[in-house]
Amino acid sequence: MSGDFDAVAVVALGRHYGRRRALADITFTARSGAIVGLLGANGAGKSTLLAILGTLLVPSTGRVVYGEVTAADGGPDLRSRIGMLGHDLFLYPELTARENLTFFGRLYGVADVDRRVVVALERAGLTGRGDDPLSSYSRGMRQRVALERALLHGPRLLLLDEPFTGLDQASTAALVARLRDEQARGVITILATHDLDVVDGLLSEVLFLRAGRRVTGAAADGSLRERYREALHPA
Amino acid sequence: MSGFLRVAALVVGKDLTVEVRSFEVLSTTLFFAITVVVIFAFGFVNEGVPVEGVAAAILWIALAFSGTLALGRTFERERQADTLRALMLAPADRPALYAGKLVGILVLMALVEAVLVPLVGLMFQAPIFVAPLWLAALLAAGTLGFAAVGTLFAAMLVRARSRDVLLPVLLYPMTVPVMIAGVRGTAALFQPEADIAMAQFWLALLMFFDAVFVTLALWTFEPLMTD
Repeated sequence: MSGDFDAVAVVALGRHYGRRRALADITFTARSGAIVGLLGANGAGKSTLLAILGTLLVPSTGRVVYGEVTAADGGPDLRSRIGMLGHDLFLYPELTARENLTFFGRLYGVADVDRRVVVALERAGLTGRGDDPLSSYSRGMRQRVALERALLHGPRLLLLDEPFTGLDQASTAALVARLRDEQARGVITILATHDLDVVDGLLSEVLFLRAGRRVTGAAADGSLRERYREALHPA
Repeated sequence: MSGFLRVAALVVGKDLTVEVRSFEVLSTTLFFAITVVVIFAFGFVNEGVPVEGVAAAILWIALAFSGTLALGRTFERERQADTLRALMLAPADRPALYAGKLVGILVLMALVEAVLVPLVGLMFQAPIFVAPLWLAALLAAGTLGFAAVGTLFAAMLVRARSRDVLLPVLLYPMTVPVMIAGVRGTAALFQPEADIAMAQFWLALLMFFDAVFVTLALWTFEPLMTD
């Protein structure tokens, strides 16, 4: 498919809101199959970075290169290869899960959208409730629908902002398994999370962020929680 | 169907489905518009006789106020689950998303006008059936100009903290020319002897504003929404 790429390179990226610096000098590359974790306290710049990667924000400095193209050059073709699950769910509560998925599937130009929606509802464990309005779902059920919406068009780059929020243990395990499946398919996943124990062992690369800057120097071994503490709260 | 029209139609269909389910925007907008007209009727109708020449202004004031309410509520719905961002993420022409939202607003405002115009006719003894096609054309052109600017500003302000204050502050000064043309054109039709030539002049002016506003909005929607 046009717009496809096998790596995302973030080069000296910065973003300011007026005089406030949200991100400064962020550089990293994520290749096909990578699962990159963005870790840091609230306000560290994780969501801003995800929004820039999702082409929703323009960086103030630096650039993001998707394969060979930037967001400005890639346009709709590039966006067709990006899936995003935001902190809010990007779903219409008045519509049913099936209507939400069908609407976004058509917007993305997904072929055979009705069949894909049936499969997505099965994966979310919501086959029997697909025609209920989303407002009647629990937070965890909505989160599962939102994940299926983000994956419906088979993105190359998957951006997840706090994807484990509201999920019970079984749903969390299912999401981790799903991310491993997508990893095997070559999807580049970049996720921001505070659930360190859940993603420990899942991430292929970790970016620690503090006040918009990347923090380096954490030990390569030890649990993720220990490395987080060492990087962001050194003694 | 071209990609632009397909995306715009999808957005309109989604917006109308959501509205049919919730009936939230139409009911509040309609209630507000009727209330405005009834309050004006208490002030400007004395013993069944309305003050001369106020009907056109009251009609357009009610449209502007209720239209602002509809714009605010429609985009508040997109803000609540951040769905406007989901639309912006889609591989669709972003101006097509704007066009879809604009048409959705126009449909809602047309439904409000379908109630409002007879109500103004009834309460202010306005001759709404003397030149109904010219009146419909003036309303359609004026509504398009107002909604074209309003949809752009409401989308821009979705993430602003003071959006409810900023929307009218930005929208009304920009749409003053539309309102003036709408009021003057409608007043020309509501005279005892309808002045069709004058109404045509104001309609032509409204169509000029429409062309300018819609073109500018389609052109600026993507850069304004991305940064």
